[in-house]
Amino acid sequence: MTFFTDDNLALAEEIIGRYPKPRSAMIPLLHLAQEQEGWVTDEAMTQIGELVGTTSAEVLGTCSFYEMFKRHPVGKYVINICTTMSCALMGAGELMEHAESRLGVRAGSTTSDGLFTLEGAECQAACTEAPCLQVNYRHQYRVTTDQFDELLDELASSDHAVPDHGVLSQIRQHIPKDRSVGAVPPEEVKAAPVWLSEDGDS
Amino acid sequence: MTEMTGTPIAHAPGFIANETPRIVSARFDYEDSHTLERYEATDGYHALKKALQQTPEEVHNEVRDATLLGRGGAGFPAGVKWGFCPPGVWPRYLVVNGDESEPGTYKDRLLMELDPHQLIEGCLIACYAVGLSQCFLYIRGEMAVAQERVAQALNDAYEAGYVGKNILGSEFSVDIVLHWGAGAYVVGEETALIESLEGNRGMPRLKPPYFPASIGLYGQPTIVNNVETLANLPWIIQHGAAAFTAIGTESSPGTRMVAVSGHVKRPGVYEIVNGTTTFRDLLYGNDMCGGIRDDNQLKAFVPGGGSAPWFTPDQLDLPFEASQVGPQGSMLGSGAIMVMDETTDIPAAALTLTKFYAHESCGKCVPCREGGTWLEQILRRVVTGRGTQRDLDLLIEVGETICPGDFPHAAVPSKGIEAVPFPYRMTTICFVGPSAFAPVHSALTLFREEFEAKVAGNEARTMIEVAVDV
Ligand SMILES: Cc1cc2nc3c(=O)[nH]c(=O)nc-3n(C[C@H](O)[C@H](O)[C@H](O)COP(=O)(O)O)c2cc1C
Ligand code: SF4
Repeated sequence: MTFFTDDNLALAEEIIGRYPKPRSAMIPLLHLAQEQEGWVTDEAMTQIGELVGTTSAEVLGTCSFYEMFKRHPVGKYVINICTTMSCALMGAGELMEHAESRLGVRAGSTTSDGLFTLEGAECQAACTEAPCLQVNYRHQYRVTTDQFDELLDELASSDHAVPDHGVLSQIRQHIPKDRSVGAVPPEEVKAAPVWLSEDGDS
Repeated sequence: MTEMTGTPIAHAPGFIANETPRIVSARFDYEDSHTLERYEATDGYHALKKALQQTPEEVHNEVRDATLLGRGGAGFPAGVKWGFCPPGVWPRYLVVNGDESEPGTYKDRLLMELDPHQLIEGCLIACYAVGLSQCFLYIRGEMAVAQERVAQALNDAYEAGYVGKNILGSEFSVDIVLHWGAGAYVVGEETALIESLEGNRGMPRLKPPYFPASIGLYGQPTIVNNVETLANLPWIIQHGAAAFTAIGTESSPGTRMVAVSGHVKRPGVYEIVNGTTTFRDLLYGNDMCGGIRDDNQLKAFVPGGGSAPWFTPDQLDLPFEASQVGPQGSMLGSGAIMVMDETTDIPAAALTLTKFYAHESCGKCVPCREGGTWLEQILRRVVTGRGTQRDLDLLIEVGETICPGDFPHAAVPSKGIEAVPFPYRMTTICFVGPSAFAPVHSALTLFREEFEAKVAGNEARTMIEVAVDV
């Protein structure tokens, strides 16, 4: 079953190679799948299972635990409004009400043009800048209702730098071959690392 | 990175400098604080060079002597934890906890976005000292910008010979692998973090036996440290343990990053002196939060992240010192203070936390999975004016299935209530269950009259009425 593009397949194999056990690449590969398609399809999970040596059911098991993995198409922009304490104290409730009426959908749904998915979210580690929200996991701070409207306008135009849903870091880690130590399965490591003293312990 | 036009993607704002010594935030004033150029121009990677001239044991001893308390929540000394790896068992791993998601907590993301090389250097020092042969830097999934900054920093550090094979021409070799989460608070718990890194659902393991230092990633000895903990290491190695312990108190030396949010005049992230700074200094000091917004009265504050029992103005003079905060009924946790002024609806505020923990339960323990949900539903009923007197007792009864016995809380001298000290007993594997109860318990104990007012006059309802309208 092929889901990944050739480029992404090469990338997936590179990622798997960084871990002592292939299964550790499960979450990174689910992110890669979501980056390619915008959500995690059955085909993606089947191929990820093949790549890391497990069943697609196991992949679904992991995938379904994590909120960021979407099992159905979502909007091009997922807007997460924080609803936890610091933001709630500073007006997140009003912001959410405004967002729902402005977008015409309840939290958890997608606008009919497929542009926006609105979600209530939990603490986003920006508590001093409340109320805050994220668009495709990029923060917006101290958001007023007016700013929310401006944000929607900007997102609907092309004058912004927010990539489509599924794309997280736009910079990938690259480990140059000549600098890489390489991952070794734990059972193949018998001795202390060379920089420790002769008797092998610190 | 793509340059932005239109909608700004602002990089971690909120840090406010004051007169305290700057250990981990020293570079934050520079626009280019995240770059290798700036890092190298400001003593960057000097500590690594210094460490490589010492034996791993000497470096470990320096960190042990510094009494660097873990900044992730539990406050356990890093140097001591490092010593728990069983001798002769290889390989050992380092897992960096960059999952920051405890309500109110905002500092690790700043450290990753604004000074990623400092974190990388800290990781290298830990790996060298303890003989950790691979490092996994686990960043919370919802932090795209931090992921970008750390990825760029790692790429540059590899290129420059600071990370990877034969670091700076020495025998010391270690890969640092960048890994992201995907949205689950409980994964911040160290054993769940390891499960997640193994490609599984992020459910905590039982301790004992699964203390990571003995049985961690792939069953191997694994050190899990918080981002801020590791970010302190370059300074400690560079300046020595004695310089570190000269700041703060003997049992809580150095500084710590604290986020103050909610109803203060200047919410922000402050680097404060550990052990001596009081909550009053922080909330009212002119160089810090400058008082409560609109000069309102302070009603309550959460002193150590959403899991911590609440304090009121009676506890303002306590310092950032675990041995003083614990007996008064709370904890310092992750360095997060959430402030509520006199206008706050206390039951509603408690609900914003309880629903968080109920939502984030991994489902492994019945008291947390069921109890958290019950607490949320009953509390929501009370907050929306549909609760009854019976519900108030029920909240405590349900809470006691998670934490049997007296639950810690602050003293309220005006009501003759004495403090119940930390910690609590619990029936669950991790602290998510108890954390769902903590806000309910604090709010009910300290502000019972607000709950009474919400249920006043409501008739007890039949089970069927309750069942169709929770
Ligand atoms: C539910 C829960 C969530 C946690 N979340 C985090 C977190 O996001 N970041 C963190 O560093 N520690 C978190 N911790 C604490 C970790 O389990 C662990 O103690 C810490 O990462 C150890 O690092 P330190 O010794 O450097 O503090 C959490 C603990 C619990 C019980
Ligand atoms: S306390 Fe809750 S979150 Fe923690 S292990 Fe048990 S069920 Fe999971």
